[in-house]
Amino acid sequence: MSPRIPGADLPEHPDALWRNPEPKRSYDVVIVGGGGHGLATAHYLAKNHGITNVAVLEKGWLAGGNMARNTTIIRSNYLWDESSGIYEHSLKLWEGLEEDLGYPILFSQRGVLNLAHTLQDVRDSVRRVEANKLNGVDAEWVEPDEVRKICPVVNTSTDIRYPVLGATYQPRAGIAKHDYVAWGFARRASEAGIDLIQDCEVTGFTTQGDRVTGVRTSRGDIAAGTVALCAAGHTSVLTDMLGIRVPVQSHPLQALVSELLEPVHPTVVMSNAVHVYVSQAHKGELVMGAGVDSYNGYGQRGAFHIIERQMAAAVELFPVFARAHLLRTWGGIVDVSPDASPIVGRTPYENVYLNCGWGTGGFKATPGIGWALAHTLAHDEPHPLVAPFSLDRFVTGALVDEHGAAAVAH
Amino acid sequence: MSTPFRTAEGGRIDRATTLQFTFDGRSLTGHPGDTLASALLASGQHQVATSIRLGRPRGISAAWAEDPGGLVQVEEPFPEPMLLASTVELFDGLVAHGLPGQGRLADVPDSARYDAVHHHVDVLVVGAGPAGLVAALGAARAGARVALVDEQSEAGGSLLSGTDRVDGVPALDWVADAVAELARHPEVLHLQRTTAFGVYDDGFVLALERRTDHLGAAAPRRVSRQRVWRIRARSIVVATGAHERPVVFADNDRPGIMLARAARTFLHRYGVLPGREAVVFTTNDSAYDAALDLARAGVQVQAVVDARPAGSPQRRAECERAGIRVLSGSVVTGTEGVERITSALVAPFTDGEVGAASVIPCDVLLVSGGWNPAVHLFSQARGRLRYDEVLGAFVPGEELDGLAVAGSAAGVLDLAGCLADGQRVVRAALSALAIVPAADDRLPSAPEPVVPAAPLVLWRVPDTSEAHARTQFVDLQRDATVADIARAVGAGLRSIEHVKRYTTIGTAHDQGKTSGVLTSGITAELLGIPVQDTGTTTFRPPYTPVAFAALAGRDRGRLFDPERVTALHDWHVAAGAVFEDVGQWKRPRYYPQPGEDMETAVLRECAAARTGVGIIDGSTLGKIDVQGPDAAVLLDRLYTNMMSSLKVGAVRYGVMCGVDGMVIDDGTVLRLAEDRFLVLTTTGGAAKVLDWMEEWVQTEWPDLRVHCTSVTEQWATFPVVGPRSRDVVGTLFPDVDVSTEAFPFMTWRDTALDGVPVRLARISFSGELAFEVHVSPWYAVAVWQRLLEAGRPYGITPYGTETMHVLRAEKGYPIIGQDTDGTVTPHDLGMAWAVSKKKPDFIGKRSFARPANQDPRRKQLVGLLPVDRHTLLPEGSQIVEFVADGELPPPPVPMLGHVTSSYRSAELARPFALALVKGGRERVGDTVHVPVNGTLVPVEVTGSVLVDPEGARRDG
Amino acid sequence: MQLIACPWCGPREEVEFTYGGQAHVPYPDDPAALSDEQWAHYVFFRDNTKGRFAERWNHSAGCRRWFNAVRDTTSYRFQRVYRVDDPKPVTP
Ligand SMILES: Cc1cc2nc3c(=O)[nH]c(=O)nc-3n(C[C@H](O)[C@H](O)[C@H](O)COP(=O)(O)OP(=O)(O)OC[C@H]3O[C@@H](n4cnc5c(N)ncnc54)[C@H](O)[C@@H]3O)c2cc1C
Ligand SMILES: [Zn+2]
Repeated sequence: MSPRIPGADLPEHPDALWRNPEPKRSYDVVIVGGGGHGLATAHYLAKNHGITNVAVLEKGWLAGGNMARNTTIIRSNYLWDESSGIYEHSLKLWEGLEEDLGYPILFSQRGVLNLAHTLQDVRDSVRRVEANKLNGVDAEWVEPDEVRKICPVVNTSTDIRYPVLGATYQPRAGIAKHDYVAWGFARRASEAGIDLIQDCEVTGFTTQGDRVTGVRTSRGDIAAGTVALCAAGHTSVLTDMLGIRVPVQSHPLQALVSELLEPVHPTVVMSNAVHVYVSQAHKGELVMGAGVDSYNGYGQRGAFHIIERQMAAAVELFPVFARAHLLRTWGGIVDVSPDASPIVGRTPYENVYLNCGWGTGGFKATPGIGWALAHTLAHDEPHPLVAPFSLDRFVTGALVDEHGAAAVAH
Repeated sequence: MSTPFRTAEGGRIDRATTLQFTFDGRSLTGHPGDTLASALLASGQHQVATSIRLGRPRGISAAWAEDPGGLVQVEEPFPEPMLLASTVELFDGLVAHGLPGQGRLADVPDSARYDAVHHHVDVLVVGAGPAGLVAALGAARAGARVALVDEQSEAGGSLLSGTDRVDGVPALDWVADAVAELARHPEVLHLQRTTAFGVYDDGFVLALERRTDHLGAAAPRRVSRQRVWRIRARSIVVATGAHERPVVFADNDRPGIMLARAARTFLHRYGVLPGREAVVFTTNDSAYDAALDLARAGVQVQAVVDARPAGSPQRRAECERAGIRVLSGSVVTGTEGVERITSALVAPFTDGEVGAASVIPCDVLLVSGGWNPAVHLFSQARGRLRYDEVLGAFVPGEELDGLAVAGSAAGVLDLAGCLADGQRVVRAALSALAIVPAADDRLPSAPEPVVPAAPLVLWRVPDTSEAHARTQFVDLQRDATVADIARAVGAGLRSIEHVKRYTTIGTAHDQGKTSGVLTSGITAELLGIPVQDTGTTTFRPPYTPVAFAALAGRDRGRLFDPERVTALHDWHVAAGAVFEDVGQWKRPRYYPQPGEDMETAVLRECAAARTGVGIIDGSTLGKIDVQGPDAAVLLDRLYTNMMSSLKVGAVRYGVMCGVDGMVIDDGTVLRLAEDRFLVLTTTGGAAKVLDWMEEWVQTEWPDLRVHCTSVTEQWATFPVVGPRSRDVVGTLFPDVDVSTEAFPFMTWRDTALDGVPVRLARISFSGELAFEVHVSPWYAVAVWQRLLEAGRPYGITPYGTETMHVLRAEKGYPIIGQDTDGTVTPHDLGMAWAVSKKKPDFIGKRSFARPANQDPRRKQLVGLLPVDRHTLLPEGSQIVEFVADGELPPPPVPMLGHVTSSYRSAELARPFALALVKGGRERVGDTVHVPVNGTLVPVEVTGSVLVDPEGARRDG
Repeated sequence: MQLIACPWCGPREEVEFTYGGQAHVPYPDDPAALSDEQWAHYVFFRDNTKGRFAERWNHSAGCRRWFNAVRDTTSYRFQRVYRVDDPKPVTP
């Protein structure tokens, strides 16, 4: 019998995903954290650099952290050159990723609208669009009537509390299926001979002078030539073990889905002033998120008033959502940096590299950072795409502040 | 007869009233008390929809929220996607249809109301079944503040499905008494149709009350349709019962296959027979009640198929007396029928081996694989679950503070046990709250339970056929089968979370209420590990789906965010102002006269202020009264410039930075007395600056004797601006000598108008001679009108924010947040003059010394003049190096900065802009390019002050 | 959603409060004497403890007072609240 519903049939996963090996005593490269970033780094180490004596150590189930919890918005329309550099590189990789991984990752370039609700939003939007164009990122400013054409369910009436004054639009932006992406990377890495070790928590490091010699884990000590920290919300726990200070704060970030609905929402809409962002995923569910819970939290859950506020924003912007139903809420732990940009690069330990601070927006960077971090590890030198994101920018003051003009950071 | 399966009598429906409804285009009838499901079953219809991926017919398989089969779309009275036929109460005029997987949203806005209520109690009891009622009674009798919420239309829980007796009377009589007693306790809130859907920290429970849904079109419009109860409970008793668990076998998804207790519910509560010929398949004793009840009601019970080798000797005897055949040591291996089951395949089952099947015709197959306690709320409260080998289910595995589980939710499956457990649990809860149980709190009696024969834990009927595994459905809504789980495990997956994601089990509307535990069990079986090690996926709120609008509540439309308006708002509206949102404020942007667009209106307003006199409502400016002996010390620390040297009676402009040295706000400061300042902030920054002051005073400098109070709403503020402003102010306030000598720039004076205190200040945000008039908002309208009268001879012109922006931009005055973006220092703004060199420290100072701050290529505020004297640069435009051939090179093109403000100037008779440009001050005189709509517009970089750079006009 | 015990007002809903990050990070006595790195640590670097964490809260929609609290960042439970001028509890 044929499927009745468009999108009801998600593509099948392959019959073989990954091996479940016992950890070896030693690896050339140990990647701590089996989220999207860790797995992508493993893939590109093997694929681009032929480095396969690699372990990805994951304390829980593979890609069960933020990778399994994010709202999958992919875009590259960031304000600053440094940001659009890494995110646009990533977007280009997304465009070929399905083929590269041989996995149906459901990358859907359905475009993203970032709504403007105040005159200052409009200025900031135009500023970002113009910067994007000059950086070769597809972007345009669209007026309310075009917003309505792109996404007919957006409330563009002028008598709402914060009327839509227009939007930025990036047609190449979109969404993908997060598990499929992670599993695609994992499968390739595993096939290449990289060991993906689950239920393996890094609990400490062994060091000699300025070098780390290995990691202590819940499954025994493992020697390491080079260590890459890809632990997202748990970065500080690891850097604390090494005595390195990193300016990130871990916050709960929640998201939610509705039941499956007939297609009503063909794109991705983000609004900062009426704070919510929405897409309708492949099966038909509305996927939404908003801002972080204010306090530090490692609990993978947040408070309900955040959800209620988000629902108010959703119904305000999309009145037809009124009787959609909230089916499930959940939370992740996001590593927020002072300038809303990632922190990637060297640490005081010669052979330890840091990758964190992606906060609420690192899913879209998954292939890009995996690619650049693999390059960095292989050459023992920060790749130019990540060089601007070094830890010492906080000392010099050369921040890459993505709050001001691009405040929606997802 | 349109309801051939309605019993002749019984059930809790009002047979005297007939309701009409339409399902899938067919007109049907039912009664008040019915659900859509029971009414459909009464008409003989089991199939409700087809499945999402395979298109297989699916029907009603349970009588409440755990049903994975009966998905419907309501169309009338208002479209609502994806509801369960089993939970939709029937009303007259209901129009619905079956849903093959995706719901449909209405294309018109929902006009229903929604609201929320906060409630605080000592004890919240969730579930009004036997355990919950006893708990609620116990708490109420003890004098506690109690809330009892239950998701059904009436209290009773599992008692509504059976024929139990409590205290020697029919159980529902006892329920009625209990409800009546609760109603007599003034401190008890009892809500039916109310689902506790989320448990959060510190006893916070969210519950959704469906207030008018069951009334259909008759719902009173002024009553909220649904209400969210935000309940804070010192103690929570979870008495949410248990869900019956199916057993998985081939073709276990056909309409007509339902959980055994659901059949009892339909029979006893709704007076509906689920079929004529039944087979009952069970692994435990409870389903025998269904067999016996149905037989008594006239259903031909073909067989009870009991998977246990010895079945249940005791129940077998009862069946034999009723003439029901019991096949113990047997299982159902498959079914036949398409839109409705026509027969069950039954085979012997010994030592895990399934023998040859024989066919038993039936039109309904009841299944019971045991019970899953409804541990959702306990688990949401982060209670650890324990796998119970005997029940084959996860039960609460620890004691939590402030939340306890009672009755079958805790794994107690008999009535007497549930009653006792309800009392035990509530007493423990009361004692933790130091509340003494009432002396007359008596435990109701129920018949001694018969010890049941041990249940068998059977997740699925063993089947070696791969084809069968593909129709052994685990999650009916996702069309996910045992074969899918096997593939997942075969692919290398070990974690239940991975299996869930691979198969999509548990992600549908029911969130795995029946499929979750089965998946854990089957996965464990396939991996050969204990079920405890597989565990469950995480239970997440909400317990059942909740409409977005219900959660949005009243925070929609105008109430989405408070609207702040000034005392003059009505005047502005009457004057035809076009408003702008600035923070929460509504500010007039301009006042178009007939035939004017914004551009002409603003040119007119600007000209008035530059050549005659204009007036603006500046009441939204933030105002903070800073008082105390150390007020000046505080301001010295927070502003980049010196405030302590300000004389009483004088005014000074100041800039504030964050610790990172970036400008966060600016404004003027009036020294009212030695120990008192009035700090003016930007409109958007008012709350932030007050918070900022408080934070420093309270957390860093508690030794400072100073208090900061917002007086934004205590003062209306009207700048009167332009060369004729002196005439206007002088006319209205004859007592004040408004001459430059007597009332110099950057000073203030107090005066009065007809006894009303007024403060005047010579502050200018336009470069023109100007007087700010401050007055209590109570007199704002009167004073404003008096100013207009006084100004009439001079053509006084009210102007809005747009004109204000043009005027200030012509003078190069930045707007914080428009010309800055959190990366701009006072030096970048050309305000080194406002940064004290004398003060040893102030907030932000140290950051100025960082390497990045020394970079000569930092962006600096400059002016821009389009060379063609005509093009208005869009705000936000980027700036690039001048390109000789006028063609934009291919990307990436290095950017020099961007346009922050851009206007047409009446004064300059050309457009101009402000911009942040790399090394901008060094580039004054250069020509650069601004890409605008595909062309490069040449612009000249200028200083930021374009009008009256010498400041000659401020004294008029 | 926490019920937070404001030291001045008693238990109040979380929505009334604003978070202030790590507590006991005093403004340096003499910022000018600090190296860029030391200054950066004051401006941008805060502990991000998993577990008991001494942090600042403001009862912003109530008494508007700042106070400190020790809270477990994993369970979110408040262990204690104390006034800003109280010393950091010895066993946070
Ligand atoms: C609700 C939500 C919505 C989001 N929406 C978007 C979005 O729309 N678009 C977007 O681009 N980004 C989004 N993000 C952000 C994005 O998910 C993250 O930035 C990104 O996933 C982080 O990289 P990661 O996948 O490697 O992290 P993770 O998946 O969190 O991986 C880190 C891994 O490290 C493991 N780990 C931690 N400590 C240890 C240890 N000691 N030993 C071993 N393993 C350890 C963790 O278990 C985890 O699996 C969202 C995040 C959330 C929570
Ligand atoms: Zn307080």
